[in-house]
Order: sequence, then structure tokens, then C-alpha cells
Amino acid sequence: MKRGASLYAIDPRRTASAQWADVWLGLDVGTDIALANAVGREIIAAGLVNHEFVAHATTGFDAYREMVEPWTLARGADETGVPATAIRGMAHAYATAKRAMICWTLGITEHHTAVDNVLSLINLSLLTGHVGRWGSGLNPLRGQNNVQGGGDMGALPDRLPGFQHVENEEVRARFDRAWGTTIPPTRGLNLSLMFDAMDRGELRAVYCIGENPVQSEADQHRTTRLIEGLEFLVVQDVVLTETAERADVVFPAAAGSFESDGTVTNSERRVQRLRRTVKSPGEARDDLRIIVDLARRMGFDWGRGDAESMWDEMRMLSPLHRGMSYQRLEAHNGLRWPCYDDQHPGEAFLHARLWERPVPGPRASFMPVMHALPLDVLTDEFPLRLTTGRRLGEYNTGVQTSAYASPTRRGESIDVSPEDAARRGLSEGQRVRVRSPRGAVVAPVHIDQRLRPGLTFMTFHFPADVPTNMLTSDASDPKAGTAEFKATAIQIEAIDEEGRDVGRHVGAAASGKGIR
Amino acid sequence: MDLHIAGADANDAERSAVDQLLGPPVSGWQGGDRAINRDGRTAVGGRAVSGDRDRLLPSLHAVQDHIGWISHGALNYICQRLNVPPAEAWGVVTFYHLLATDPRPAAVAHVCDDIACRLHGADQTCRNLQLRLGDAVHRSPCLGMCDHGSAALILRAGHTPERFVLAPASTEDIAAAVTNAGMHVGLNVSSGEGHVQGGRLLRRIGKADPTSLDSYRAHGGYLALARAIDLGPARVIAEVTAAKLLGRGGAAFPTGRKWDAVAKEPAHPHYVVCNADESEPGTFKDRVLLESDPFAIVEAMTICGFASGSAHGFLYVRGEYPMAEAQIAGAIEQARAAGLLGANVAHAGFAFDIEIRRGGGAYICGEETALFNSIEGRRGEPRAKPPFPAQVGLFGKPTVVNNVETLANVLDIIVEGGEAWARTGTPDSTGTRLFCVSGHVARPGLYEVPSGERLGTVLELAGGVAGGRPLQAILLGGAAGVFVGPEALDMPLSFEGARAAHATLGSGVIMVFDDTVDLVDILARIAQFFRDESCGQCVPCRVGTVRQAELLQRWRDERSSESPAASASSVALYAELSQAMRDASICGLGQTASAAIESAIANLRVFSPRGVS
Repeated sequence: MKRGASLYAIDPRRTASAQWADVWLGLDVGTDIALANAVGREIIAAGLVNHEFVAHATTGFDAYREMVEPWTLARGADETGVPATAIRGMAHAYATAKRAMICWTLGITEHHTAVDNVLSLINLSLLTGHVGRWGSGLNPLRGQNNVQGGGDMGALPDRLPGFQHVENEEVRARFDRAWGTTIPPTRGLNLSLMFDAMDRGELRAVYCIGENPVQSEADQHRTTRLIEGLEFLVVQDVVLTETAERADVVFPAAAGSFESDGTVTNSERRVQRLRRTVKSPGEARDDLRIIVDLARRMGFDWGRGDAESMWDEMRMLSPLHRGMSYQRLEAHNGLRWPCYDDQHPGEAFLHARLWERPVPGPRASFMPVMHALPLDVLTDEFPLRLTTGRRLGEYNTGVQTSAYASPTRRGESIDVSPEDAARRGLSEGQRVRVRSPRGAVVAPVHIDQRLRPGLTFMTFHFPADVPTNMLTSDASDPKAGTAEFKATAIQIEAIDEEGRDVGRHVGAAASGKGIR
Repeated sequence: MDLHIAGADANDAERSAVDQLLGPPVSGWQGGDRAINRDGRTAVGGRAVSGDRDRLLPSLHAVQDHIGWISHGALNYICQRLNVPPAEAWGVVTFYHLLATDPRPAAVAHVCDDIACRLHGADQTCRNLQLRLGDAVHRSPCLGMCDHGSAALILRAGHTPERFVLAPASTEDIAAAVTNAGMHVGLNVSSGEGHVQGGRLLRRIGKADPTSLDSYRAHGGYLALARAIDLGPARVIAEVTAAKLLGRGGAAFPTGRKWDAVAKEPAHPHYVVCNADESEPGTFKDRVLLESDPFAIVEAMTICGFASGSAHGFLYVRGEYPMAEAQIAGAIEQARAAGLLGANVAHAGFAFDIEIRRGGGAYICGEETALFNSIEGRRGEPRAKPPFPAQVGLFGKPTVVNNVETLANVLDIIVEGGEAWARTGTPDSTGTRLFCVSGHVARPGLYEVPSGERLGTVLELAGGVAGGRPLQAILLGGAAGVFVGPEALDMPLSFEGARAAHATLGSGVIMVFDDTVDLVDILARIAQFFRDESCGQCVPCRVGTVRQAELLQRWRDERSSESPAASASSVALYAELSQAMRDASICGLGQTASAAIESAIANLRVFSPRGVS
């Protein structure tokens, strides 16, 4: 940006990033598809489509055009709350830019329409040809240093290392040969489906590595009940989390970032070496070591469990990673996959093939998607929209951050707009009960200029004080399994010093129209 | 932004001071009233707002001028208006001496107690005033009024801020000026005229009216611009190059080469910056030019803009020069009205205009890259070079940055032709030089002589040592310069002559000390100056200047009649310290912070037992 890039920030709140953006578009929670479709329709109506690219590299444009046709600027503005001029300005800026990129994080994916939200953005990149070229593309920014790497290594229900599909027989055969065993031919369960399976009594034992679902999952009442109802729970983590407290067996693990050797893969698909710099305390062992030791006790010898030999084994099975020896990773300061052999320099971006003539392999398809509002509907009983997120200096449930002092830490709060605070007679710091259809928590009020009437915000950084996920809905995307953390319907109620209600709720309900 | 300064709000007076400069805020996000129907859904930010970052320092000045200090609330409001993180703005506001972050009286005096004024009892004046006026009195580094004997900058905050310099300034004068408002309304100038003597650069001074464009023209003004337009940019640069004009700010870089480099840079826009942040103790030549011949600087900057392909010029004048600022502002306004600045300068088909930027009291901002940072609204910390300003200068663009005196020379070069002009002076130091003669001389003032003139001759022009007393030492080039003894009077005042004598002309300071002066006290003040003015960016300078000041203070205070000398081991230690500062500092400040003191040790043997050399 310092060198002249324009930034458009789309977020219900005017976040710190939005403050640095050239334009902020404050849409209603859960109207991302409506906005994307209105942008797409405007690009088409204004004649800004990259027709050459669309004709050459894509399929399904006509169906897409038909589907977005009703999404005029006026309808887009009506549905999202963003002024039509701002939508139009962004559409034109995106379509006419020499290079443009769409980046997103959980605001797009923590909805029951997660996959469709992403597809609606992919459609825009296809419409304009902002894909497969230097400086363009679609970029899901990862919240942790190795979210990408976890998926790459096969920590997905339907994938083996290197994104190879488990339901592909050829792929499976290669792994079967290498490992001398038979891999189950069907996909596994994602996290949401696992909890459903626990609920049905079909999943009774869990081995949980480096995750704290009791505090990080939506609808904490249910999660806790299901975790506690398991017949057998093993937790492997660097600290004794709330989940670990409920485990039958706890494996103390070394910290990945400085007590282990190995690799991580960041948002740009760059595989980087991690080096052990200090010895882990007490009985803690490297994650790899724990798994290998466990296998040995079960009667399998997987070798010494050292990171490099594991990596080399994986490289032989994953064509995307084959050229990434430790030696090369070191020499190149990391490499970006795909990296097919030890001469391959790695790729700076993906999908360049879409610009080749003719396009090798399948063309990219437009995927028309329909707008659908959040499942937690605002009602007279729950008239306020709560969205959750993070704050600078904190991370998720605090496992990695709460042990450190932070000058900006101020604990959990229910953030409300100055208008809502005035209407409901709320003052800064006043403790209130926040209630959703699923549960209630008590938290102090924080009046935040960056919110508009009807919109409230909480983090889930301080689950011991305020278990925010008691409120959130575990309604999830049927395709991806991500829960709708971003859209909860709530009510705020005044309480006295003992925590008793002092009224049905504070003040009058916010007017519902236009506020979600 | 997640960081705020305690959430303080600006009061109406503070807002109005800022709004006068920036105009009313356009939305609640920029500090205006929150209109949720407008502000709740969209906001313009980014470059449209952050692009005004260079208005940070002017906004801070606006609050300082109107309120007298800058509260957290005022700073928060400015940050909202300009989309600057408060932590960064705090770094900027605390960088400058003239900006206060604690409440202080509306009227204050910044009283010079630097080396020249010290010779006239400034230290005692400051002590007297501090007893009488308390926190309304602040000690100041050199105010550039050394030809007047003593000086104080008076600042009175309010609706109509008063800013003026009193010189010469007695304790009574200063106390009266601080206590009584309105005494100097409409005056707003330094009182008294210094002695000025010289036939070329200074020829209009005292003859032409500095507030009148017509008078300037009647004395040969704007002939050079007309000729430059006839010549065209390339020939203008050729003439300046042929003149072998070297920069007069202290670094002596060939001006023609600078202009040529910028003119050829493909990146645009190009900028012209006039460095009028004259802060080297003992220097006042640029002030005299700006106060008394402002149109000449405007014309020279215009020629520079024409030659280097720049449409935008900045004149950065130090905050302690209110009269120079007023005079140059008046000249710019008249030039603009006469079509000599603006979209089509002199109907010649090129655009050029000048913006004035006032410094906040920081010596380091005279360093060209620190000056750029200061204009851009950042802490005035020097940048690493390369890249040089000609490639990456102001706002990251190719920039010509020239000292005031350097620019003033350009006019005669264009009118006379570079080669003819170069016949004055020596072959390697062409033209004349302005020397700021102060201290113990009969007639302190500004003297213009051809380069290569004897040091002794300039001293004679100024009437010799005052009262006919014996000469003890001369400081050449300012606090970052070199002390020489009476044996140096035959030194030619040229770049090569000074170099041969291991001296420097620097910014043209010739400060004379008679035999009564306690030089160790002067050295301690110089050390204190560098301690105060180090920007703190790099360790050798930040730590080194503090250690140097501590050492000099100890040498001064622990003297006794029995043992007047510093120990040999502490002098050796000092040599090591100054070596480290010279070798490892980022910019000239740290590199030269020990130069004067070292020269006093080497040339004047100030710390040797008397009678031993």
C-alpha cells in the first residue's frame, strides 16, 4: 500500500484494516454473496468483463450472468446496507485494475454459506481475469503459521498428503504400496460431523492434537457435553487446556515453533524449515515422536520419528512436494509448492495454465451461488446481531497468548455502538447479561465507535472469564463444516450486582429493519 | 487503530485551531460529528487521508500557536483527521523543542544561551529570568542572532499568535515581552539590523525594499528568470555546472551535478527543496538573505524548478525565524499574484509553486534527509544514503535540495554566465562566500568576500578583536566546525585552503574569542548542544553525545587552580569515544559532534597544563 496499491475493506465493523483502506464498505453480517453478486452484475452491466479470458478459460458464464442479473446496485444496496455508489466504485476499481487480488479470512468462511461465499468471490476473479497472473488472484489469509501446511499434509477428511483425493484408487494404491497396508477408501468426518457423530453415539473415542475444542467450538454447552460423554479421550498439547482437563490420557507435547524440528507452510504455500532451539521441559516430547512411540506400542516400527526422514517419505508420495529436500528448503529460504523435482524453483502463483492456449486440463467454471441470510434470525426476543472475532495482541482461546503480558489487554467485553448504548442506557464497563437462543454469559459493556446500531462484537480470547461460545450457533456449512461464528442473534439484559435480572431487557428493542 | 492516548478528546479551541488549517472534518471517522446513516456504512480513508500526512507538523504548529501546548486530546483529533497512529504522532510531537506536550504558560521566551550569546552573559540572563518567570522561560540553542549579542524568541499563544525575536535582548526586555501581550503586534520581526557588508549576494540588502516585488525588480530582480527561460533547462544546468558552484550548506557538493541528476530522473514528480533550517550555532547568513532579500530566493527556486523539471517547491524554514518566514511568505504571495509562481510561470509554459514548511526546533532537520522526513510528517531522523535525494528524496521522489545561499548564487550565474561568474574566487572555490562573524569583534555581522580571502582580512573587515584584546581562538564552521588559534589568520577561506589546514568553512561561521573566554565552558556548551540535538536514531551518536557531554561537564566542573588539566587517560578515552562516533554514526551530526572539541584539544591544547605544548 505504501507503494500505491488501493485497498477496499469489506467488514461489518470499521476494523483497524478498514481504517487504512481507501474505502470501507460496512455490509450487514452474512450478506457477502449479495455484495459479490451485485459487484459481478455491475461489472457485466458496465461492460467491464474480460471477455477474452472468459471465453478462453472459463465455462458457465451465461448461467452466471442470468443468476446475477436481478442483483442491481439498488438491490445490492438494499440487501447489504452498503450505499450503491460505494458498491459501484469498488466494482469498477476491481474490474479496471491492472492487477487485483481478493484476500479474505474467517469473515467469509465462518458462515453457514462458507463455501458459497468463497465461490461468489472466485466468480469475480474469473469475470475479470484477475487470476493465474502475477499480483492477481484469490488469497485466503491464514490465521496460524501452518494452517496451510496442515491441509497440505492431509489433515483433511478426504485428502492424503499433497491434496491427493482418498477416493482416488490410483492414489490410494500408491500409498498402500508405500505403507504396506490398506487405506480406508472413503472420506472421513470433518469437525462438525464428528460432533454430530458423537451426539449419535457413533464416535466414542477421540485423539485430539493441538486443539482446544471445549473453548474454541461454537455452542460450548453442547461441545462440553459431547466431549465429556466420550468413552475415551486423548489430548496432546503444549499446555493443559480445558479440553485436556477432561481427557483420559494427556500427552505433553513440545512446542512446535522452537522445541521441534520440521516444516510449516504459510499462506503463500511456502514450506519453511523449523529448527529446534531449546530442549522441551519435563516429559514433553515432539509431536512426531509421540505418534511414532504410540505406533511402536501398538506393534509398528515407524523408525526413529525424526522430522527429515518423515518429510522425505512424504515427498516420495506427494508430487507437489517432491523437489523440496531439506537441503533445497534451506538454500532457497523455503520453496512454494508445486515443486515437482529437485530442479523445480516452485511456483509464485497458481492457475497460470488458465492463460495458456489452449488451456491444458479443464477450464475454470463459474459457480452461480444464491444469497442466504444467517440462520440465527433477528427477532424481538433476540434483536441484536453479535459477530465474533479477534483483537490485536490476543489469539483465539488464549492458549498461545494469555500467558504473556500485553499492554493492550483489557479482557472480554460486549462491544456495542454508541447509539445502542444510549438507547439502552448502557454505560462503559457496566456488566450485562448477553443471551442468545443457546445460552447466556455476563460481560462488561464496551462502547465502540466502530460499530453501528444493531451490531455488537465479542472475542473469545478469555473463555475462563466469559465463555463467548456459549452464545454462538453450531449451525455449519454443509460442505465445509465450518460453524457460523460470525452471526449470532442476541439480547442484552441488565443485571444487578448479584447477577439477577433487573428487567426483561434493557430499553427498547432495536428496530429490525436493515440491521442484521 | 487499537492504541489510543487514553481516549482523550480535543476541546473546541483545539479543534478550531486544527480546522482552520485543514478545513472542517468530512465525516465522523475523521473527527467530525458521527452521522450514523452516512458513517455507519462506508468511509473513505487510505491514501486519500494518509496522503495528507505531511500536514501533521503544520497541524501540530497550529495547536501550539493557538493553545500554547498540545494535549493528548488535541493530538488524538489531529490523528483522526490525518489517519496517523497516535503512537507515531507522539513520536513526532516529542521530537521538536518548540512543541510542548505539557501545559505551559501562553507566553514563553526561548532565550539563547548558546556559545555566541554566552560571551555576552546569556547564562546569567537565563538564570535571572528563570527566577522571575519560572516555566515561561526556556533555554534555547543558537537562535541565529549572533550578530546582535543576545537574543530571545518570544511566543504568545492565542487567537492571534505572536511570534517574534528580541535581539539584543536584556533581562528587562524579555520579561516585559513575556508579561505584556500585544507589545509587538504588527511588528513580529527581529528588532535591530545587523551589520551587512558585501557587493554581490548582499548588494540589494539595505537598498531594495524586501516587502516589494517592484523594488526587487527595480534592483535587477527577475532578470535571471527571464534569461533562464531563454536558455532553456539544459543550458541553465550547463551554466550552473560551468560556474562550479559548490553547496554552501556545509557539504560543498557541486550544485550543477545535483540539478542535472534530478532533471534526468525518469521518476516523477520532481521536487525542489530549499533548506532554510539554518541551525548551526553561529550561523545567520540564510536568515539575513531570507529577511532582507526574500524575492531572490523565490526567483532562484523557480529557476531550479524550471531546470530540474519540478513543479513543486518546499522552503523549510526553522521555527526560530518568524521574520524570515513572514518575509518569504509575503514574497511568495506577491510572486504568485504577479504570475511568477503558479500554473504558468511568466507565461513561459511551466508550472512552479512554493510551499513554506516551518520546522519545530530541531537542529538535525538541517540534514537533508531528516528534513524530508520532517516535511513528510515523520520524526526528523536522517535516512540511510544511498539512495541519494536526487534519486529518492522528498516523498520518495527525485529531489533537488539546496541551501539558501547556494540558491542565491544561481541568479548571478545565470545573468553573467557560469564561466564569467567563476572568475571570482579561486579556481576550486568559485564565487564569493558569506561569513557570519560574531563573538569578540568590533563589528559583528555578515561579510561577503571572494572565496580564498585570508581569515585575517575578514577579521580586519569586522574591526578586529573588540577592545584590542589579544585573540585566543576562532571557531570556524560552527559547533560542528574547528577551533583554530591566532597562527591560522593567513588561512585562505576557500574549500581547499580550509582542507589544507585541517579546518572547515562549514556554514561560514567565524566566531572570535578573546583571551578572557573560558574555552572549556564553551566546549561544554557545544557538547551539551549535540547531546540535546542527537535524534537518537543510532547508538553511537545517541550514547556518544551523552558521554561526551558528561565528560566535558566533568572536565569543566572538576577543574581547580591546582590542577587545571584533564587527565591524560581521560583525554585518551575521549579520543576513542569520538573515533567511535565518527566511524559509526549514520549522519553528519554524530560524525562531527566531537570535531570542535577535538580541534580545541589538538590546536589550542586546552587541556594541557599551561605553558606546556
